[in-house]
Amino acid sequence: MPDKLPIRAGDDVVRVRQQVRARAVEIGFSLVDQTKIITAASELARNTLDYGGGGEATIDVLAVPKPGLRITFEDQGPGIPDVDTALKDGFTTGNGLGLGLGGARRLVNDFAITSKLGQGTQVIITRWK
Amino acid sequence: MDRIPILKIGDALLVTIQVDMHDRLATALEEDLTSKIVAVGARGVLIDISALEIVDSFMGRTLANIASVSRMLDAETVVVGMRPAVAITLVELGLELPGVKTALNAERGMALIQHRTADESEQAEADDDA
Repeated sequence: MPDKLPIRAGDDVVRVRQQVRARAVEIGFSLVDQTKIITAASELARNTLDYGGGGEATIDVLAVPKPGLRITFEDQGPGIPDVDTALKDGFTTGNGLGLGLGGARRLVNDFAITSKLGQGTQVIITRWK
Repeated sequence: MDRIPILKIGDALLVTIQVDMHDRLATALEEDLTSKIVAVGARGVLIDISALEIVDSFMGRTLANIASVSRMLDAETVVVGMRPAVAITLVELGLELPGVKTALNAERGMALIQHRTADESEQAEADDDA
């Protein structure tokens, strides 16, 4: 049963971090792997809130082909016009450091992003044990 | 709204972050610290993050901002107690906190701040003698 969490306010970003941490501990991730996936989730949850105008995070615990954690962030925001540029370090349209997307990608094993202008953005990250 | 307590020890301010901070709380800390530095004439700020399980780019930016602003107000910021897994993650994230002094623990951090104030008072005495 996947966890579905709304991301509507700053407190929800904290809640996403806490849920991701709980699942990562259950799976038996090492401390470094826990820290990486929680940090990546924090960056993406904030993006969903700040740039996507809110949305939701879905946390799936995977067993096949090996134990892992997959988190899907979805929003119905404006979308990202140029995903390749948005993934570059230092790129920001907000007041952040521009490390969110590119940084999150480096912290996980699999990273997939789809964005449609005017319709929203979906980011899926997976970290394997 | 919750606030992070700020303690004064000698010339330094001490902040221990013990909760998973949401962004507003981090911003409030930055503002509170800035006014407190001026109010008490602090020469150093010690921020203990040993309880923090993660530091993401927002938190990292807040720490870097606190360090820059306090430097402008003649106070040195030292971040202490970073967990090894947090350090590894921050480097991979690409956030190396330029301009933020770090120390392994609170004791060494406090020594850094005291060293700075001691150097300056010696310098001042030497100037007086001349």
